[in-house]
Amino acid sequence: MDQFFFAAEVVANGLMTGVMYSLVALGFVLIFKASGVFNYAQGVLALFAALTLVGIQQGQIPFADLINAAFGTSLHQFGWTVPAVLAIALTAGVMVLLAFLIEKLVLQHLVGQEPIILFMATIGLAYFLEGLGDVMWGADIKTLDVGLPQGISDAIEGATAEWFGYGFFIDRLDIWATLIAAILVAALVAFAQYTKQGRAMRAVADDHQAALSVGISLRFIWVMVWSIAGFVALVAGIMWGTKSGVQFSLSLIALKALPVLMLGGFTSIPGAIVGGLIIGVGEKLFEFFIGPMVGGATENWFAYVLALVFLVFRPQGLFGERIIERV
Amino acid sequence: MTRMQTQSQSQSQAPLPAQDGHVTADGRQIGGVMMEMKNITLRFGGVVAIKDISFDIRQGEIRAIIGPNGAGKSSMLNVISGFYHPQEGEVWFKGYRRGPMKPYEVARLGIARTFQNIALFDGMSVLDNIMTGRLNRMKSGFLAQALWWGPAEREENLNREAVEKIIDFLEIQNIRKTPVGRLPYGLKKRVELARALAAEPQLLLLDEPMAGMNVEEKEDMSRFILDVNDEFGTTIALIEHDMGVVMDLSDRVVVMDYGRKIGDGTPDEVRSNQDVIDAYLGVAHD
Repeated sequence: MDQFFFAAEVVANGLMTGVMYSLVALGFVLIFKASGVFNYAQGVLALFAALTLVGIQQGQIPFADLINAAFGTSLHQFGWTVPAVLAIALTAGVMVLLAFLIEKLVLQHLVGQEPIILFMATIGLAYFLEGLGDVMWGADIKTLDVGLPQGISDAIEGATAEWFGYGFFIDRLDIWATLIAAILVAALVAFAQYTKQGRAMRAVADDHQAALSVGISLRFIWVMVWSIAGFVALVAGIMWGTKSGVQFSLSLIALKALPVLMLGGFTSIPGAIVGGLIIGVGEKLFEFFIGPMVGGATENWFAYVLALVFLVFRPQGLFGERIIERV
Repeated sequence: MTRMQTQSQSQSQAPLPAQDGHVTADGRQIGGVMMEMKNITLRFGGVVAIKDISFDIRQGEIRAIIGPNGAGKSSMLNVISGFYHPQEGEVWFKGYRRGPMKPYEVARLGIARTFQNIALFDGMSVLDNIMTGRLNRMKSGFLAQALWWGPAEREENLNREAVEKIIDFLEIQNIRKTPVGRLPYGLKKRVELARALAAEPQLLLLDEPMAGMNVEEKEDMSRFILDVNDEFGTTIALIEHDMGVVMDLSDRVVVMDYGRKIGDGTPDEVRSNQDVIDAYLGVAHD
């Protein structure tokens, strides 16, 4: 019986890890839906958002090292700290500004280009943003605390111990992440399906020329979509940053989003969620049942193998649109 | 088809509109000049696509632009709809000179268009495609829309009604939920026309609305074009290859060849214009 409850606990934890994957994948889907571009920079966007948030919150002076090197000063801190809520709002503002600059400096010059060209541009963007984050805020590992509850939830452990005679270990941060992600997803789906901006966004994703001809401003939609993607990146950055510290390996979580997208389909918001959950649960269960037989550490590769299987048998993913070309 | 025939007969007697505002023989009101192109020249690098062309489009008429392949007809349509910006010349719309506008700004002025190679949103249903035509007619804030709250819901319903009317009008009720990517060519063309109409444009630009259609589809499309002009009073400028269709449909015709204008007038005048005959049939060079 304990074995069963342990497996259930593994599933619960897997679901919550999956939510974190979904959060990153969501950012990819949004930009892919609106511009047909796979945004390689999404992971770096999350890193950049988390770095900026910590920097603002702790009152760091941006570009401190650069200024010090140039003028021989030794500035590091403004000497104040900013409340978490205000810092998050300011960071969201920075992400909108970033979206505006990306449109102005990169996308605007690539209207009507092949998706592969735009994809290459996002790779460049990823490296640029990583460097910018480094120069602005420094390369050291930072702890992020915006007041989200952390640690094992005693309430759940106590309650489950009472009901089942087995206490579930569940991190309170994971519960909050799940809640926030659920709200975010509901809001995004409502936005994409029921608002005129959402409809315009889907139109732009489909055909630039046609979108222009019905009076949609590509500029506005792109700034909007990148702002939303930046905001989703911020949320993902907060969750991951709180969980494992703000460090440059954060941009690598984007890699985990790839198998999630292959599972869920690149064009589907629900797909990103379900894909994330399947991979979260799948890798935890696989580790639990099969791991001991093959020497463990299956979490590192399980997701990719699963994605590979999907690529062979259902390349459009679970929920993706199958695009039919007429000849 | 009967209406088309009566119209073509009537046009043979109709005089060239000499002053602002007159009524055609079949009872349609033609108003003053709505759009005027003055000395338009468009170059792509060293290639001159349009060379010093002037013409006007009157309120309520069906104006055709014809010419052999590569004459610059589509370029001209793209100039009107803001996709291309001419190096020289002026574009006047409803009495105002238009600066270099973005295509979406032109669309917001009330000029809708279709494309030669159909530009629809393949992933969306027919209904959603046509709804995009009404994007600029929606006013409520996006929070209200997302929540389907009060005025936003009413607005969505009003827009749906308008779109359903167009769907009925173009007889595409049975495919309203079908993803556009799955439709055959002729129906796609019709959906594209529906999307353009959904914007309730003052000027409708049609780039080869009948290209690649069979006789039956052409007849349907001709009927729709005439009905749109008649019932909604929409001014229409169209490019078409099929001479028979053009002569039947249009009130006045501009003929282009190698980027120049070689004829302008009623179908009958154009038909008897020697330059036009030469351009279409070729001239013996001796």
